[in-house]
Amino acid sequence: MPIKVLVAKPGLDGHDRGAKIVARALRDAGMEVVYTGLHQTPEMIVNAAIQEDVDVVGVSILSGAHMTIFPRIMDLFKEREVDDIVVVGGGVIQEDDVPKLKAIGVREVFNAEASTQELIDGIERIHRDYGREKTRREAAAAG
Amino acid sequence: MIAPRVHRDLARAISAVENGILDLPAALERLSASGNAAQTRTTGDAAVIAGEVAATRTNGAASAHAGPIRHADVLGITGPPGAGKSTLVDRLIEGFRAEGESVAVIAVDPSSPFTRGAVLGDRVRMQRHAGDPGVFIRSMASREAGGGLAPATRDAVRLAEAAGFDLIIVETVGVGQVELEVVGVADLIVVVTVPALGDSVQTIKAGLTEIADVFVVNMADRPGANATAVDLRHMVREGKRDIPVLQTIAQDGTGVSELLEALAARRGVESNAVRAVRFEVVRQARDRAAAAANAVLSSSDGADVLERLRTHAITRNDAIDALLAILGGPVHAH
Repeated sequence: MPIKVLVAKPGLDGHDRGAKIVARALRDAGMEVVYTGLHQTPEMIVNAAIQEDVDVVGVSILSGAHMTIFPRIMDLFKEREVDDIVVVGGGVIQEDDVPKLKAIGVREVFNAEASTQELIDGIERIHRDYGREKTRREAAAAG
Repeated sequence: MIAPRVHRDLARAISAVENGILDLPAALERLSASGNAAQTRTTGDAAVIAGEVAATRTNGAASAHAGPIRHADVLGITGPPGAGKSTLVDRLIEGFRAEGESVAVIAVDPSSPFTRGAVLGDRVRMQRHAGDPGVFIRSMASREAGGGLAPATRDAVRLAEAAGFDLIIVETVGVGQVELEVVGVADLIVVVTVPALGDSVQTIKAGLTEIADVFVVNMADRPGANATAVDLRHMVREGKRDIPVLQTIAQDGTGVSELLEALAARRGVESNAVRAVRFEVVRQARDRAAAAANAVLSSSDGADVLERLRTHAITRNDAIDALLAILGGPVHAH
């Protein structure tokens, strides 16, 4: 089944051309991509991810607010008892912050220079390594 | 108000049916037979999911066999791509919420027939409702289905109903003239069109225009809106049903209150529900008959019929008569 990805643009970033290019590249790689538009709050992102039951949430931040937005997103998932949706980040994120983000559970951080192919490969790899265990559902189906 | 936890469980249950992991009718039957959703908790994740959702349905039921406790009205929104369906749905959500109704939206967007990928963008227009616990929005890729819905849309509607939503809105992919599957799902259908999609001949063609309970000419501030509305009104007048033709500008909300009134007046109309049931029964009967025919043709009797047809020993009509004779009586596909 296709990987389902939410592409989210939080905060005050004024344009979403990059996010749309990413959405389209992931689509062409056979993924189902939910796009939510600009100016999303962490609450909106988490609610959308839960309702859409996506495998992966990709959050693009260019504004420098990543150290407030990512912790909030991770906390909200925890509050909602959702631990099987993988969160990845992208955009303008200082290298120093990457380990901090990974420490709170962000599985991968793509820098702004990453090609769309690197994004696709990265998301496929992360989904394979960290995505919800297919076996769990397969076992459920068998039962 | 729908508990946040139900949102999560409903979302997971929809994925389970969407990915073929959960057979919803079978699961509901099992639950109804056991009369206790909790019992399924040990059997695995998908069953738990269905159990959590179905628990909403069976809670407080005098009998486990009482069937669906409550029926949610199902509103179908269909029309060509770019007509403003999602923006209109956003406005309708606002209107129904103002009346205190909880709303679940199932919005279908097309899958690529080439890569199977999809961009699901209907949410963009509705995202301001993302924080409202009384609103659940789910995008679905149409996957291999061709009728304007996704294969799991019907089950998603049933699950949303079971989860306790008062109203369920199904938004189809942008359709042409013959993607009409929404008829089998919705009790009430709004066909959204826009000005200047063609001359008045378009309005007398078969298909999309035949399934409307309400017509909406959206983007009514554009040239040609009145002419489009007039064409539709002429068409309606020649038919027997009372179908309003309304004009809206979904972008700024113009005309939406009139649309909400028209919908309120038509909700719960029994003939519409009968139409949905009939359409769905015919559709499933056709599927099962086709499956049964295939099963017979795979048997030695069937192979014999096909061989005689191939060698022109019999005509195609003879072959079909022979097939139906073998099938005999009621058709069982399973």
